[in-house]
Amino acid sequence: MLKKTYENIDSIGRSILSIKASGVHNKELAEVIYPNGEKAFAQVIALDGENATLQLFSGGFGVSTDCKIRFLGKPVQVGFSEDMLGRIYSGNGQPIDGGPELLSDMIRIAGPSINPVKRLVPKDMIRTGVPMIDVFNTLVRSQKIPIFAKAGEPYNRLLANIATQTDADVIIIGGVGLKYDEYHYFNRRIEEAGSKSKTIMFIHTHRDSIVEGLMVPDLALAVGEKFALQGKNVLVLLSDMTQWSDYLRQVANSQDQIPANQGYPGDLYSQLASRYEKAADIDGAGSLTILGVTTMDDVTHPVPDNTGYITEGQFYMKNGFLELFGSLSRLKQQVNDRTRDDHRGIMNAMARLLSEADERVRAQKFGSVKDDYSLRLLEYRKTFQRELMDPFRYLELEDALDLCWDILANHFKKEEAGLSSELIDKYWPEQGSFKLLKANTHE
Amino acid sequence: MQESTGKVVSVNESLVGVEATSGAVMNGEVAYITLEDGTRLKSEVIDIKPGNRVYLQVFEDTNWMKVGDPVTFSGLPLAVKLGPGILGSVTDGLQNPLYELVKEDWFLERGLYVDPLNNTTKWTFTPSVRPGDTVTGGSVLGSVPEKMFDHKIFVPFTMQGKYTIEDIVDAGDYTLEDTIATIKDPAGNSLPLKMAFEWPVKKPMPFHERSVPGETLPTGIRILDGLFPIAYGGTACSPGPFGAGKTVLQHTIARHSRADVVIIAACGERAGEAVEVFKDFPELIDPKTGNSLMDRTYIVGNTSSMPVAAREASIYMATTVGEYYRKQGLDVLILADSTSRWAQALRETSGRKEEIPGPEAFPMYISTLISALYDRAGVERFPDGGQGSLSIFGTVSPAGGNFDEPVTQATLMSTGAFWGLSRELSDARKYPAIDRIDSTSKYPSILTNEDVAFLRELLRDGKSISSNLVLMGEKGVTNEAFIRYQKSELLDAVFLQQNSFHETDGATSPERLRMMFDVVKEIIETPVDIEDKTSIRSHFNFLRQAFLDWNYTPLDSDQFSTRKTKLLNLVKHKAHVEENV
Repeated sequence: MLKKTYENIDSIGRSILSIKASGVHNKELAEVIYPNGEKAFAQVIALDGENATLQLFSGGFGVSTDCKIRFLGKPVQVGFSEDMLGRIYSGNGQPIDGGPELLSDMIRIAGPSINPVKRLVPKDMIRTGVPMIDVFNTLVRSQKIPIFAKAGEPYNRLLANIATQTDADVIIIGGVGLKYDEYHYFNRRIEEAGSKSKTIMFIHTHRDSIVEGLMVPDLALAVGEKFALQGKNVLVLLSDMTQWSDYLRQVANSQDQIPANQGYPGDLYSQLASRYEKAADIDGAGSLTILGVTTMDDVTHPVPDNTGYITEGQFYMKNGFLELFGSLSRLKQQVNDRTRDDHRGIMNAMARLLSEADERVRAQKFGSVKDDYSLRLLEYRKTFQRELMDPFRYLELEDALDLCWDILANHFKKEEAGLSSELIDKYWPEQGSFKLLKANTHE
Repeated sequence: MQESTGKVVSVNESLVGVEATSGAVMNGEVAYITLEDGTRLKSEVIDIKPGNRVYLQVFEDTNWMKVGDPVTFSGLPLAVKLGPGILGSVTDGLQNPLYELVKEDWFLERGLYVDPLNNTTKWTFTPSVRPGDTVTGGSVLGSVPEKMFDHKIFVPFTMQGKYTIEDIVDAGDYTLEDTIATIKDPAGNSLPLKMAFEWPVKKPMPFHERSVPGETLPTGIRILDGLFPIAYGGTACSPGPFGAGKTVLQHTIARHSRADVVIIAACGERAGEAVEVFKDFPELIDPKTGNSLMDRTYIVGNTSSMPVAAREASIYMATTVGEYYRKQGLDVLILADSTSRWAQALRETSGRKEEIPGPEAFPMYISTLISALYDRAGVERFPDGGQGSLSIFGTVSPAGGNFDEPVTQATLMSTGAFWGLSRELSDARKYPAIDRIDSTSKYPSILTNEDVAFLRELLRDGKSISSNLVLMGEKGVTNEAFIRYQKSELLDAVFLQQNSFHETDGATSPERLRMMFDVVKEIIETPVDIEDKTSIRSHFNFLRQAFLDWNYTPLDSDQFSTRKTKLLNLVKHKAHVEENV
């Protein structure tokens, strides 16, 4: 196809540019050619008569009215080959690890969604070794689930733990708005765990342009989807989608879009959904699981709020603990009836008692908690936090379930547990014969 | 007739500006844009402006479109094809059957359109009119068996005035392509009729005779059927933050409600949820008919990653199909999840059109559209004395879980039952997490009005005592109040809470519900004369345990009556503390 070059730039903004051009396609890839011959990528995002609006991958800074725009006659694509495993790329798809560029097939990004009838109902548990996940909010293959946390919580450590403790065939790390040390941390953890050869990283750090940051999830998911279609179980990590949404807001704003909530564009939900919905267990192929990070101060903020409506639950991290309340795995019911017969029962009983204990915490502030049962609830709450809520304590699911029984028996009478009589007969440990719980902490 | 044509002049995501070059253009008609590679993209006219400028919302991704691409206008509004074969199927928001599309490609590639109803399936038609009979739009020509129903074949509802049957086929097997009747209008023009016809999705089907919803539609969910019921032909909404259980609630209702036909409109929600339904339902048995649950179900899915403009179409599609099955004399229930996504789709388009935004940037007309949609529900009576109903239950996903936003408010004004979902309850694992105090319904319950009032009073008392307990501790309330509180907690735990994943507890029949209520009532009315609070708590713990064991026992099990007796003995004798410990 003939590549057309145009010179009459109309306007240049922070991240967009408009130019008079004809025969241009919506979403076509273009090159900005600087007077000194340097080049940068751009993409058509809107057309109006003879005006084309382009999004600049490297930002508008330094672009001059005597730059030329060459339309490349192809959409934005990303390379795909087995040789990408072990490599690190930037948000524009170029390698940044010093290695050679690869000759690979080009595949489209942000393609259409898979026909729902090709999706399987998810049914395989992913064992993470994290008790708050395995017992209370089980992770399931093909799930899409973010960690909700304040910036500064050790969420990237948890992501790296899960990535290296699970059995994914391919791990793809999509870093959006990472600090340099975070990028370095992921790289080191993957190398230490010996997982480098099954990992691809797409990394955008704060020094790169926001448009490249916006591209990272699409690149990571396009490549991940392709591996999944080849039968691989793929785990995609996206950190941090709040940064990504912020970039989306900036670009929407520069296009004069009418903002909906807190300046975010009205299509924030659809934009997030079209990424997260790439997660799927594909009939006749592999699967794609997405574990994201959504940093937030308040869960009602538009980004976590919209995310929560899209993803299949969330892990809520606070003060270094994985919280029970606020966390949810929507797919756990698909698998936790086939792990151990007490799994569902004990999960619900522990949660119900913890919620009762939380009410006592409020009451305690009024100095009104004096009865024995309430005091035991409060002790139970402490034990629960100490024994189970540490996201970095590794326990096999079965051990974690035994530990739950120990904790219950340590603080409660059988009839207070609210469990069926069958389960109590089978699992209730006799006093002093705990399997995992160390000391009898109850005075 | 010459087709109207035009060409693309602007592209902004799903909003495309077109210059009409020849012929008339109708607001709401379907148009096709042909891309360079020959792909034709379906779209709808949403605005006509001066200077022959027409705005289309495109139901597909607009990438690779360019200025100058040709547009043809179809002259017809967006319509749904109505006829036998809809039940048991799964389509996208434009009625493309997904199981047919997947034969073309694993992915939902744009520009793929498949005939909504299978044209090669043979249906066994039995005529019920004879040549010479007079008919009009909505008259029955005959019927074909579809799943467990006799599917009536109508004269298309669009036909006005009187017609004479000129010819009708004999009983036998026909496809939807075959002409089954020829009718003649007063002017003597002959019109061939087939078994299926089209109806514009945005136009409500007129009622023959509209009646008021008055009978409970049992859903199997105790808190609804007992306290906040929906009626046949009624409307309900459940706003709630994410994670409060909207989806599980909808799925439970889809499985257990006593409707003849259930239509699930998955609008802008997770694909996985629709998948669970259409992969699980074929395996499940409808207790009412003994057939597969999928036989009574139609799923229209425009999930969140499908093109946004088709979300609106999917809601209207579901409603129109619902009205059609109501015309069949059936009780139809539509589950729309979520109406907020539809409203957001309208917001996106409105924003691109640069309309002046209303609150939270939603278009000003959003409330009118929502009210008009729910108004399509109702009870309909037919000339032969029969009746059908269409009930609509819509979920709302308010931003930040805050009900004070335009979509929730407009929905509350338009629906008869309000099931407020609460994160506090779902955090406490008190499912279904429907607010026990603030939810409302104007429809009749399976229980009597007095019984409902009796339960609601206890719940209100329980809530106020519970806040006293927080402030003053157990010593700060009287034994009498503490017992009242324990009773309301017990009511919540054994009657209002329900384990929707449990085979037995998951759905409660109206008969069992009444039986349970009688026991609950007995517990509430039985005085408890225990002195210290620890023993009172213990008493209720044993009652709860026994009640839950009973809840989990199937009605036809041997243990059903022994467990009930054990429970009633506990209520009467209060001998538990010594006996059981």
